[in-house]
Amino acid sequence: MTTQLVPGTRPAAKAGRASGRPPRRRFWQSPWLYVAPALILLITFTYVPVANMVFYSFHKWDGLDVTMTPAGFDNYVRVFTDERYWRVFLVSLYYFVASFAQIAIALYFAVILSFNTRFRNLFKGILFFPYLLNAVAVGFVFLYLFQPDGTLDTLLRWFGLGDQSRLWLGDPDIANISLASTSVWRFTGLNFVLFLGAIQSIPGEIYEAAEIDGANRWHQFVHIIAPGIRRIISLSFILAISGSLAVFEIPFIMTGGANDTRTFVVQAYETAFQFRQIGLASAMAVVLLVIVLLLTWIQRRVLPDEEVNLS
Amino acid sequence: MRRAATFFKYASLVLASLVVLTPLVVVLFASFKTREEYSTSGPLTPPENWFNFDNFATAWTGGDMLRGFLNTTLILVISLTGTVAVGTLAAYAINRFDFAFKKWILGLFLVAALVPGVTTQVATYQIVKSMGLVNTPWSAIVLFLGTDIISIYIFLQFMQSIPPSLDQAAMMDGASRFTIYRRIILPLMKPAIVTVVIIKGIAIYNEFYIPFLYMRSPELNVISTALFKFKGPYGAQWETIAACTMIVIIPTVVIFLVLQRFIYNGITAGATK
Repeated sequence: MTTQLVPGTRPAAKAGRASGRPPRRRFWQSPWLYVAPALILLITFTYVPVANMVFYSFHKWDGLDVTMTPAGFDNYVRVFTDERYWRVFLVSLYYFVASFAQIAIALYFAVILSFNTRFRNLFKGILFFPYLLNAVAVGFVFLYLFQPDGTLDTLLRWFGLGDQSRLWLGDPDIANISLASTSVWRFTGLNFVLFLGAIQSIPGEIYEAAEIDGANRWHQFVHIIAPGIRRIISLSFILAISGSLAVFEIPFIMTGGANDTRTFVVQAYETAFQFRQIGLASAMAVVLLVIVLLLTWIQRRVLPDEEVNLS
Repeated sequence: MRRAATFFKYASLVLASLVVLTPLVVVLFASFKTREEYSTSGPLTPPENWFNFDNFATAWTGGDMLRGFLNTTLILVISLTGTVAVGTLAAYAINRFDFAFKKWILGLFLVAALVPGVTTQVATYQIVKSMGLVNTPWSAIVLFLGTDIISIYIFLQFMQSIPPSLDQAAMMDGASRFTIYRRIILPLMKPAIVTVVIIKGIAIYNEFYIPFLYMRSPELNVISTALFKFKGPYGAQWETIAACTMIVIIPTVVIFLVLQRFIYNGITAGATK
């Protein structure tokens, strides 16, 4: 690819150059040389894996053997019929519901902090900060919080709710809720900062004009802020759906998938790297990829991109 | 009415701050407690001695955290340098030159941005393995370099704001394309480079899945995986785990306090692409 000589065609480039340049110099002028590293990396680590994954998904393979056994649609049939595999979609629902809470909380705080507030930067920093923390550290912090007789149980006792104590991570009925709450704690800050940025990019004069016209804060929210950040909010919802399907770190670190907390990616990880069923794991990954691409396509259809093109 | 609204606003802010900070503060408390103190006092009781650094010492040596930080730093420096070089070069070519298949290449980058990295690991692993990079730091480095589409996005967007008349003038003066890239484009790209270094740097520092999957041997531990290993053998020693968690969190706190403004801008630029 790098040896293909496609010289630039920008007029200015040609004007300064004599026609009989030696080819060596021409080679160094080729734009292909500049895109080549990025393109090679992109193809090797994104497109080849995706193609291979589709190929693996129609085979039975342990990842080591030289030969793969063709398996037709068996892997896909298993993903959709074996309870162990389709159950993980249900676990995603917990995270999906939690992300609604996350978006609502983030929106509330973004709106109130976009108006004059004392210690504004301090609050902004505190709310955003968890997003920057290492996933393993967050996992350990919440393992400690949810421990039997740990921080959460102690706090409940302080408020006279000691009888509400549960095995927060050990009880399958509640473990997913605990993990999804941890996820809300970790990611609300991201949504919050994005919403706040979008609100602040609305020109200040609009608020002033509205205030002169007698609009109160609620009117300002409904008629100025909400339309101004519609795009980022709907983008957050789409990301919430694909994000809740791709949850991995928090359940993997905190429970290792025990007590019915196995998510799609945790299951795919175990299938591929512990049980060495590469074909089956690939089928899972293909299903997930198709869902995510479909959602993005829907989003693009529903919300046409008003943004610039990049070329 | 107005009073009540103000009260509610500050009350909700304080409550949210408590929800964010309490889980972290109790871990900080635990990290300063001695073994007996930990087992006899409640989690919300502050430590008796704020200068008891024994747990930190145990965690630092027991978890071989120095090696973790060195490995993380090494991977961070090489990956970031590579990302900036590869990304700015590609953005320069795509934005400034016309060549065959340019639209196709741009399309390849845009579609790739939609593929979530975690889904393709099953197949990516086989490729990294066939290159013989599993269990070397290079596995993480090539993956951080290779799966990074957001940076190219940011560079491309920023390139649009650099007037093409600048490089055309230089070209008239006989400057080569590489000279233009090196002397004109790269220095002007500084704000975009800062953005990419920050968001990518934070992501690499926090990355768990890639090092966990590709760098299994203990001498290749990065801070995430070094911390994760405390889960087994130190399972019952929460005061040590707490100290190690703090060791991992403290650099983030410092970076955040120093670079706050850049981080907010970077996150906004990176996520809304």
